[in-house]
Amino acid sequence: MDAKRVETVSARVDAAVSSTDSVEDELELSAVRHRPEGLEQLEAQTRFSRKELQILYRGFKNECPSGVVNEDTFKDIYSQFFPQGDASTYAHFLFNAFDTDHNGSVSFEDFVMGLSILLRGTVQEKLNWAFNLYDINKDGYITKEEMLDIMKAIYDMMGKCTYPVLKEETPRQHVEVFFQKMDKNKDGVVTIDEFIDCCQNDENIMRSMHLFENVL
Amino acid sequence: MATGVAAWLPFARAAAIGWMPVANCPMPIAPRDNSKKQDELIILNVSGRRFQTWRTTLDRYPDTLLGSSEKDFFYNEETKEYFFDRDPDAFRSILNFYRTGKLHYPRHECISAYDEELTFFGIIPEIIGDCCYEEYKDRKRENLERLQDDQEENMDLKMPNMNFRETMWRAFENPHTSTMALVFYYVTGFFIAVSVITNVVETVPCGATANQKDMPCGERYTVAFFCMDTACVMIFTVEYLLRLFAAPSRYRFMRSVMSIIDVVAILPYYIGLVMTNNEDVSGAFVTLRVFRVFRIFKFSRHSQGLRILGYTLKSCASELGFLLFSLTMAIIIFATVMFYAEKGSSSSKFTSIPASFWYTIVTMTTLGYGDMVPKTIAGKIFGSICSLSGVLVIALPVPVIVSNFSRIYHQNQRADKRRAQKKARLARIRIAKSGSANAFLQSKHNGLLNELLELTGTEEDEQKLTQKSISLLESQHHHLLHCLEKTTFSYGNLCRPVQQDTEDTGSYYSLRTGQDLDHHVKAHEFVDEQIYEQNCLETALQTYPSRSPSVSSHDSSTRTCCSRKRKRNVPLPNTSLPTTHSTHQGPLQELSAIHIQCGDPLSHTASRSNLNLKTDESSRINCKSGRITTAIISLPTPPALTPDGDGLHGPPQRRPPRPPSHPPPLSIQTTTSSAGANIVKVSAL
Repeated sequence: MDAKRVETVSARVDAAVSSTDSVEDELELSAVRHRPEGLEQLEAQTRFSRKELQILYRGFKNECPSGVVNEDTFKDIYSQFFPQGDASTYAHFLFNAFDTDHNGSVSFEDFVMGLSILLRGTVQEKLNWAFNLYDINKDGYITKEEMLDIMKAIYDMMGKCTYPVLKEETPRQHVEVFFQKMDKNKDGVVTIDEFIDCCQNDENIMRSMHLFENVL
Repeated sequence: MATGVAAWLPFARAAAIGWMPVANCPMPIAPRDNSKKQDELIILNVSGRRFQTWRTTLDRYPDTLLGSSEKDFFYNEETKEYFFDRDPDAFRSILNFYRTGKLHYPRHECISAYDEELTFFGIIPEIIGDCCYEEYKDRKRENLERLQDDQEENMDLKMPNMNFRETMWRAFENPHTSTMALVFYYVTGFFIAVSVITNVVETVPCGATANQKDMPCGERYTVAFFCMDTACVMIFTVEYLLRLFAAPSRYRFMRSVMSIIDVVAILPYYIGLVMTNNEDVSGAFVTLRVFRVFRIFKFSRHSQGLRILGYTLKSCASELGFLLFSLTMAIIIFATVMFYAEKGSSSSKFTSIPASFWYTIVTMTTLGYGDMVPKTIAGKIFGSICSLSGVLVIALPVPVIVSNFSRIYHQNQRADKRRAQKKARLARIRIAKSGSANAFLQSKHNGLLNELLELTGTEEDEQKLTQKSISLLESQHHHLLHCLEKTTFSYGNLCRPVQQDTEDTGSYYSLRTGQDLDHHVKAHEFVDEQIYEQNCLETALQTYPSRSPSVSSHDSSTRTCCSRKRKRNVPLPNTSLPTTHSTHQGPLQELSAIHIQCGDPLSHTASRSNLNLKTDESSRINCKSGRITTAIISLPTPPALTPDGDGLHGPPQRRPPRPPSHPPPLSIQTTTSSAGANIVKVSAL
């Protein structure tokens, strides 16, 4: 994405004025603005139509006038959908899944690419995305610890007022069931192929993959 | 849900795909988006000024005028725009609210005009953003106080409902309320003054009489002064007792500063009465007389300024303490230095360090009495240093304290304001959160109800149910939360399997392994806090042995209920089965009950689901609305609690029954907030 233009307006001003206050420098440099690539390019790269991109961008820019979402804002926004629990851990994982170039902020391109996969992608792509989400360190394997982290994050979102009451070992049990299902060669990790294979054989999962197709 | 982030809902829903591979239960069906029309620009004509915005912008807040269908009333067919005959300036901030999600209060607006606009457009003022909220509240409070002041003047004339005690207390606190109070106020003031003057004059030496000695007046006219003192103390005692009687909280009154002053003012007299004229104790008695000067503090009831001074001194205590501490340090230092400097000189007054304290204090405060002066050169040098530094040490903290007075005073006022607002704001946030959580629970049960009544209800029931349609946004959000529920997994609790029904008559609680587990897993659910706490209680009580024989009659009826229902093959994904084996489950029977407040046309449904309906309950169906509530109730309590002591709808009414005259709203309410006396409980299995 070479067309990404990151303007640090004050950086140029600073060079001219040569202010020596370091704190001020930090503050001004953080006024980053980001403009996405043109509409045509995004249209080509994603599976959204022009109108859909317009609607998405308007909503995105409304919430983040600066054009990028940093992790805190992201957590904030995501937590508002889950008032009963604590969505911040899961939002962290989600943020990492969307922030494909790992620069600490989600720009509109990242956002819309992710959405394109989730809403308009093939099942293979969606499963790929989900695998990427679970694989916290992005090494191609889902270990039990990673899965446990994800599971705890999901259960955290439920909060404590649930029926039946959430117990300490519930996430762990869930992880065991998951690994039982997914880990075919019982080597303690789930690879992408095992994952995709297993999901494709499970009709519940297959059905639910198509659940959100009419979201936009 | 904070509808300000409605734009992100599609994103959150898309991200829910991340839960799918983990989930074990099948997901609920997504709500359909039937409005396929494209986003369009809406023109809002407010008194001639045209505003344009997208329709979706306005749809973000569906419970306001512009976001709901209420704006159709203002639609102008010829010009194809919405016309509002309101102030366009105020409308600017209202429209910005839709756009940015934050409501701002423009400072130049009159507070009541702004409030009216907000009310017209259906926006509650509590969502004003933090940046403008303080200003808004301040202005509102000022306005309110002004109105209240006007009202109070009229109000004072008529207060027939207060009893004697309250009238008296009010008379004491506000002397302007009645003539009697004013008279009392002035009389007590007069007597305080008399008492103080008496104490002062008592010590003045009167002219010499035949005796050589020049006696103070007090000893000369002992009887007169004693009478005066007695009279004053009498008045004060009566006043104190009256206040004590009239005080709304006697304990609090007795602890208050003013009452302590009162007591201290009159106590010496009584102690003096009691004590004999013994020589040994007369010394102590004299000390006690000093306390009579406290009577002057009683004036603070009459003077607002004194009270404010006292309060600010109290709040400035730390600064004063610091001043005192630093002064003490300086005094000790200089006293020591002066003592050692003057040690050499003969006939020096500086006999010890404590004796030098007096010199240091007098010098530092620039008093300079001259009763102690240094004689050595070293002493004089240090003495001058002492006086110079004294000027500094005293002069510096005093302005600080003075400015502290005003700063602390104003700060206190502002801090109190902010604290009160913060509490209100936190309450707002909490209410919004719980509101959205409740909305989800409610819609879940509506879904449940919908499914149930689809099978058992007639057409009109369904129509009545769908009277209140949830907005698309809400339904999508709830679907999202529903998916989250389904993703979670609960070992050991089994739900009704979707496919098989009749083949398994045995225990539903046997653990299965492998594939079967998928069919028998149960998801966690969001529940209300009350229900959650109840559940916590129950799990604690789980070891409680099951009780009376009527419990077993419960069992039997549940069993029959279950079996009958099972044949009807009703899949209800969300309910948990009642225990057919409640004997080994103990008192934890769980029922999903549906309370139906039926109107007359619905009474036949009661007869249809007559598994548990008793005739005496049908007599309780008397309300006129179709208000329907649902609940998941557990049954640990003995059936004696139930209104009829028997039957399946033993579930205790955990909430006090509402009087039947409660006006029936058209909306469908959540469980925990409603339960009427006229509820027909039907067990839905």
